[in-house]
Amino acid sequence: MRKYLLKRFLLMFPTLLGVAALIFFIMRVVPGDIVELRMMGDRGSVSAEAVASERIRFGLDRPLWQQFATWLWGVVRLDFGTSMWTGAPIFEEIKLRFALSFQVAIMSTVVAVVLAIPLGVLAALKQDTWVDYAVRIFSTAGLATPSFWLGILFILALLIIFKWLPPMVYTPFWVNPWQNMAQLIWPALTVGYRYSAVATRMTRSAMLEVLREDYIRTARAKGLVEKLILVRHALKNAMLPVLTVVGLEFAFLLGGLVVTEQVFNLNGLGLLFVQAVQHRDYTLVQALVMIVAGFFIIVNFCMDMVYAWIDPRIRYR
Amino acid sequence: MALNVPAVGEIAEPVAGERGWMGAVREFCRRRPLGAVGGAVIVVMLLTAIFAPLLSPYDPVATDFGAMLSPPAKAHPLGTDAFGRDVLSRLIYGSRTALMVGFGAAVFGATAGAILGVGSAYFGGRIDLYVQRLMDVFLCFPLIILALAIVAMLGNTIPNVIVAITLPMIPRCALVIRSSSLSIREMPYVDAARAAGFGHGRIILRHMLPNVMAPYLIMLTAFLGQAILLESSLSFLGLGVQEPTAAWGLMLRGAAVEFAETAPWMAVFPGLAISMGVFAFNLFGDSLRDALDPKLRSL
Repeated sequence: MRKYLLKRFLLMFPTLLGVAALIFFIMRVVPGDIVELRMMGDRGSVSAEAVASERIRFGLDRPLWQQFATWLWGVVRLDFGTSMWTGAPIFEEIKLRFALSFQVAIMSTVVAVVLAIPLGVLAALKQDTWVDYAVRIFSTAGLATPSFWLGILFILALLIIFKWLPPMVYTPFWVNPWQNMAQLIWPALTVGYRYSAVATRMTRSAMLEVLREDYIRTARAKGLVEKLILVRHALKNAMLPVLTVVGLEFAFLLGGLVVTEQVFNLNGLGLLFVQAVQHRDYTLVQALVMIVAGFFIIVNFCMDMVYAWIDPRIRYR
Repeated sequence: MALNVPAVGEIAEPVAGERGWMGAVREFCRRRPLGAVGGAVIVVMLLTAIFAPLLSPYDPVATDFGAMLSPPAKAHPLGTDAFGRDVLSRLIYGSRTALMVGFGAAVFGATAGAILGVGSAYFGGRIDLYVQRLMDVFLCFPLIILALAIVAMLGNTIPNVIVAITLPMIPRCALVIRSSSLSIREMPYVDAARAAGFGHGRIILRHMLPNVMAPYLIMLTAFLGQAILLESSLSFLGLGVQEPTAAWGLMLRGAAVEFAETAPWMAVFPGLAISMGVFAFNLFGDSLRDALDPKLRSL
């Protein structure tokens, strides 16, 4: 097991390096250069000296590999440089918004799991009945509904039915939990619904597969109570792929937050990313993408560890 | 749904000859009603896009400041937006944008992915290893994050939006196609082609690619829905299709949110169009997957 995990652990580094290289070079393959492009975008005409001095300020006059090495060394020390737009250190910009996005992420995961597991199990048990069809339509709709539209509908419904709008200003949970929840539950529901759709489908198909296994028939044959078969034998074994999907989706939650935070006007990482793209703030875009990918790789590694811990077949390979 | 064992043969049989295409379609409708509903909506969407000029009552970009924010009525069946543009006409023309970007990105993405996947499996060894590691790197990003980063670099015009949506899809398709083609590589006819002295390109394109058509079509339909959703998200963020082009995501931006309370038709209908379109492609794709290759169910 130790050898397996060590291999997985070591494999993380080339992938991380690849991600860093990809992001860095994506931002630089564009014809012309970043500073020119940015300044053209902002004001139209800028003097050649201004462009040159900006270039030196961002270190763009040095050879590409040197720039990459400097940036990479910074990333290793969690120093992502300064934002090209605000001039503030990127680490600070992110720290400011992390708590909000992380809370929404956790809450939507809870929403997703609470919805997905019962629905998925129910659909599998009642396969090809109207219950199954209803669950499948509900989950397929979750994948099809754009989260920004669902967010707008939530706001609209609250306004028309309750004449009430969620608070607009973020209050940390420990300051006023009620106020905090009143604001963040809506984006969490919006993101969570889509998230649950993926997990419901996985739960359903994993359950269907497990229910056909021999050990379930054995359990039935020896007269075990149906409830016990479901919980102890079926669900436990079906949880592994569900866990994977939930974990991977969690790592990708920033993707969902990008549009949802826009709708609810939440100043989180998703909004920061959109602003960075709009301002062509390349250093900030690089940093955020790097963090998302790094987070994904780490979550992936954690999933491998959990797998090895739960499933002995992997552990002893 | 996947319990029906004979599902594998359903599509394959009619293609083999006896019942012909109409028979295959009828069989699909009978066995997979949900998929048939999805297919019907797709056909309606395609027809709407093709005949947009005939169907829409107004010019989608014509502003009418005398009729700003008017509620649904006889003159404007779905109301008008903040510039007095007819919402119905914009919805109809928006289907063009959605389908153009959707088909463009899905076809390019799935095809490039299929070639890469088959090639990677065919050559194997070191090439396969490098391609896989590269794919791993691409798979570390959520679709929308990578698409946004590419838009940030290229700027947002329709072709660039298509590129931005296509690129993140390639590795996802390559991964699936590669695993399907690993077994095809061992087939006698591939050996025979190699023995006959055919080049790598010919073997990949003529002998292997046609045999991964099932996963290819499945990925293609799955991508179509995703691409439409992604385009509308990018447009909603103001980083996709630009005004005044009619696009569903764009219609939900700005004024639609500001005036949501007084003019809810602006916010409700475009979202409904996106959901319906993506829902139809997903339903159809799911049924197609079950019919063609139930093994890919976990996708």
